[in-house]
Amino acid sequence: MKYAFSFLAVLALVLIAWLGSMIPGMQYLFGVAIPYLAILIFLGGFVYRVVQWAKSPVPFSIPTTCGQGKSLDFIKQDKLDCPTKTSEVVARMFLEIFAFRSLFRNTKSELHEGPKITYESSRWLWLAALLFHYSFLVIIIRHMRLFLNPVPQWLQFLDFLDAGAMLQVGAPLLYASDLAILAGILFLFGRRLVNRNVRYISLANDYFPLFLIFAIAATGILMRYFLRTDIDIINIKELLVGLVTLSPVINAEIGSIFYIHVFLVSALLIYFPFSKLMHMGGVFMSPTRNMANDSRAKRHINPWNDPSIKPHSYAGYEDEFREFMVDAGIPVEKELPPKKDEE
Amino acid sequence: MYNKGTIIPGLIIFVLFVTFPIWFNGLTTAGDLPKPELPPGGEKQCVESADYMRANHMQLLNEWRDNVLRDGNREILEIDGKKYPKGLQTACMACHSQKEKFCDSCHTYAAVEPYCWDCHLTPKETASKEAIH
Repeated sequence: MKYAFSFLAVLALVLIAWLGSMIPGMQYLFGVAIPYLAILIFLGGFVYRVVQWAKSPVPFSIPTTCGQGKSLDFIKQDKLDCPTKTSEVVARMFLEIFAFRSLFRNTKSELHEGPKITYESSRWLWLAALLFHYSFLVIIIRHMRLFLNPVPQWLQFLDFLDAGAMLQVGAPLLYASDLAILAGILFLFGRRLVNRNVRYISLANDYFPLFLIFAIAATGILMRYFLRTDIDIINIKELLVGLVTLSPVINAEIGSIFYIHVFLVSALLIYFPFSKLMHMGGVFMSPTRNMANDSRAKRHINPWNDPSIKPHSYAGYEDEFREFMVDAGIPVEKELPPKKDEE
Repeated sequence: MYNKGTIIPGLIIFVLFVTFPIWFNGLTTAGDLPKPELPPGGEKQCVESADYMRANHMQLLNEWRDNVLRDGNREILEIDGKKYPKGLQTACMACHSQKEKFCDSCHTYAAVEPYCWDCHLTPKETASKEAIH
């Protein structure tokens, strides 16, 4: 049910763009107005979300520690998994962002007869996530050739590598990243269906981005290799270069598949800041990853604290209440001073 | 806002990344559109319509290559009384004789580097090779 709803939502988006772009005059809406709106909402929403997070205080020092913390000299510290210095935190964040290290540690737990629970490492998620994210990145960078005029050399080189990895299959050349993103996304989707535990916790808003990104990749591939009617790259590039130089023009008929693709990308951009996709910004903002585990060396001040309330140590507390404590028979660390007089 | 020192530069970097094509293009310079030069001989007719050729010429060429080189099918196409032996040099370049002014103009604009020229020669190159030997 949850995936049917998301699937229908994406299908509705496709239909809107397909039918809408065939109405004369609506090409400007789908090719110019909506993309501009989408990029503004994306940028504005993204910055807004990050600023909102940055305004939230972190009351406690809460880094996740996944290894031996800094201790005595002869005990080896796990510097990446229990960092105490900024440089170690940076290294940990770098590996998290570029190599998805926390997914690498993913384990699968199973309950057997007995009852007995077993854990085994399960790295398929890590592999598919790497495949998906990196191919998506390559695809986004590759698309810059349609926005830049002239196209820089390094961009052509990336294109050359991406197509070259598939050894010149078809025309236009087949890209490795196209296959990789489909493989990645199909695994990530299949995992939500097949793995009972993940299926149970999956919601419509987990399936929606998967369907949406799949549809974007699929329409892109269809446009490049199969539905080529009225897909003249020169007209498309003229529009896209126009968009980024703030003087968009649509001078020719462009096939509906192009408008569907652009509309789906716009939908993704608009959806992005208000969804789980904000993990792109959130991974940097996560206090469980970006804090050093140094709470024993450095006092973490809760920003919520009322500055007029001073720290009150136990020694001070006992000083204040010693008489009453002795009276009530509560043990004290320092006895009352001996009484002098009563002569 | 906490940690302004890292978050604000981070956001600026993010915005620069997203707006990359805008500032990289120099804001308002769209550059020139390609103007492929029509055949110098003045031919008006091709194997398919201009619209079809714009969108599909690469697939047609691949089909021809497979026909000729892989299946040995060198059947000569006859369209409206004109004969076209399947081949880039024999059919296409018979009219579109200037690769630099025809093929390259759009390919450079769209940053496409077809591997036709790994094997094929342009009429210009053929002439210069003949001059050497």
